[in-house]
Amino acid sequence: MSYNFKAEMNKPERLAPGHRMCAGCGGTITVRAVLRALHEGDKAVIGNATGCLEVSTFMYPYTAYEDSYIHNAFENAGATMSGVETAYNILKIKGKIDDTYKFITFGGDGGTYDIGFQSLSGAMERNHDMVYVCYDNGAYMNTGIQRSSATPMYADTTTTPVGKQSDGKMQNRKDLASIIAAHDVPYVAQSTLLGNFKDLHQKAEKAIYTPGAAFLNVMAPCPRGWKYPTEDIMEICKLGVETCYWPLFEVDHGKWILNYEPKKKLPIEDFLRPQGRFRHLFKKGNEHLLEQFQAEVDRRWEDLKFRCSRD
Amino acid sequence: MAIRERLSGNEAISYAIKQVNPDVMPAFPITPSTEIPQYVANYIANGEMDTEFIPVESEHSSMSATIGAQAAGARSLTATSSCGLALMWEELYVAASNRLPLALCLVNRALSGPININCDHSDSMGARDTGFLQIYAENNQEVYDNFVQAYRIAEHKDVMLPIMICQDGFITSHAVENIELLEDEKVKNFVGEYCPENYLLNEKQPMAMGPYAVSNYYMETKMAQNTAMNNAKKVILEVGKEYGALSGREYGFFEEYRLDDADYAIVIIGSAAGATKDAIDLLREQGMKVGLLKLRVFRPFPDEEIANALKHCKTVAIMDRSECFRGKGGPLGAEVKAALYDYAKDVKAFNLIYGLGGRDFTVADAKRIYEDLMAYDKDGQAFEEYRYIGLRG
Repeated sequence: MSYNFKAEMNKPERLAPGHRMCAGCGGTITVRAVLRALHEGDKAVIGNATGCLEVSTFMYPYTAYEDSYIHNAFENAGATMSGVETAYNILKIKGKIDDTYKFITFGGDGGTYDIGFQSLSGAMERNHDMVYVCYDNGAYMNTGIQRSSATPMYADTTTTPVGKQSDGKMQNRKDLASIIAAHDVPYVAQSTLLGNFKDLHQKAEKAIYTPGAAFLNVMAPCPRGWKYPTEDIMEICKLGVETCYWPLFEVDHGKWILNYEPKKKLPIEDFLRPQGRFRHLFKKGNEHLLEQFQAEVDRRWEDLKFRCSRD
Repeated sequence: MAIRERLSGNEAISYAIKQVNPDVMPAFPITPSTEIPQYVANYIANGEMDTEFIPVESEHSSMSATIGAQAAGARSLTATSSCGLALMWEELYVAASNRLPLALCLVNRALSGPININCDHSDSMGARDTGFLQIYAENNQEVYDNFVQAYRIAEHKDVMLPIMICQDGFITSHAVENIELLEDEKVKNFVGEYCPENYLLNEKQPMAMGPYAVSNYYMETKMAQNTAMNNAKKVILEVGKEYGALSGREYGFFEEYRLDDADYAIVIIGSAAGATKDAIDLLREQGMKVGLLKLRVFRPFPDEEIANALKHCKTVAIMDRSECFRGKGGPLGAEVKAALYDYAKDVKAFNLIYGLGGRDFTVADAKRIYEDLMAYDKDGQAFEEYRYIGLRG
């Protein structure tokens, strides 16, 4: 697939400006990037789990979406969109709709990894022709930075606060992309906000136009929750990839594909140091915590490379 | 010519669903409503209807998907019981506040715990404040008739609210009765096509549903829902009348059985009205002036109409098949007493709890209640304001 950055950026926006998301929010950038992958002329219904995105882009009586949009609740974005998609199929059969519609649902990691996990699993297993996009910022940011199962180990959150007896979150993050890939859906990919957005754009386009269920996991940093200067978001995302903390890969009809392998894998400190939520890891005496973090990144990276090495 | 059939309540409502042929049905099995999605899935498998069935992974998802489908512009429904309804809880409110006229076939069953699969009304009564219309049935014929009328009421432009068609678990859902069905064409014409004004898949005008509404807007949405609920009263009567002209069976808010001249009355919902009617016939033979008000429509609540129907009675027993743990009676008792306070203060009313978790309600039970109502009135015999009947010795 060819990719023309300028042409893509000149497309009409499907998420109008004027919404109430924070400046530099990774979630908003993700939504705009994914929606750009819709072909002009195709209509869409956008779904949304409750979260920052929902309460900031559809505050009555204003919607920021040019397309039809439905928010239902926190834990059921998958099921809700499966109903919309099914309605489309039968109304199309009955001749009540002519246009082509695509179905794209957005959820944060809270609405996706945790409370909405069952609903997502059901929708994926039933293979509805829809895309579920998780904008993963690694905590419940809407309610004020509480840990989720997407939160990386040792992160300082408001429910895993660092203190005399605590080094932050005690558990590793859930590998949701692998879990959804295990549903045997046609397309799963992991991406983030990089350079000219080619990686995310192409994956979004593939996800939208591959028949059946597709899942995109997009690392979408939250400047408030991660505690880094807002303008550094692209650098943070890049470091996530260059340290192999957030590898870029696809699972296309069961085939694991590694999209990018850094020439020189950077140490995890480079990703963690700019983020205030990991500040305690750089205190004297906590070197072993960094070593553990690095060991987990390495283990997952090697495991991914192994999966992608099979024909 | 109407079709004579022998069907269980679950078969009857499934047959009505087949005749209405809605667009989308997501559902998850739970006793005793499981048969409904099974029958529908079989009709679809055999090419007898073209509804899209979604075998979801939970009741929360069945209501969520029903909401999604209905919002998209498809006539939709689901079925459940008991804990399944409880799991849908927040979604019931979402369906109502989004003004989606979807249907829910509820087969009433006790809520856990202890876990119990048999009939009482704790599930639907717990959902009484969700904004759903609620219509109850005494027998399988009414189950069928109520479903055929459901979308006409829910989809009316002055209403636009979700509707719960309730029947008693096992007592009607699994018992086979002789009933009369309408011809497919008649049902199809009566129900008509679903043509929503606003929906997600409207090619001419996109729509956003499910906003975040701050305090400046939230309250008006509730007021609008309540107005719609009030509007439903007129629509229910109109549709019930039109259905009467079509089928010979007209429906209103409630049925009055030998109530006209009754001194002593029972107010009851659902299948237990049958045993009560038998008791009335027996006591009438002995010269006792007893009658029944069988409530069909609980939401909207026809308070003034109920009070007017009861105002000539001396004593009334209001029968609740669910607890609400206010310590003074059940939900039906509270609402009927409030209606009497407003419109018929002189009627002395008692509140009785019966039939929880499938406990039988017999003709003898009903007879004893009438005798107690009379003894209180005539002999001043004590009658507790609120009590359980049919408890183990």
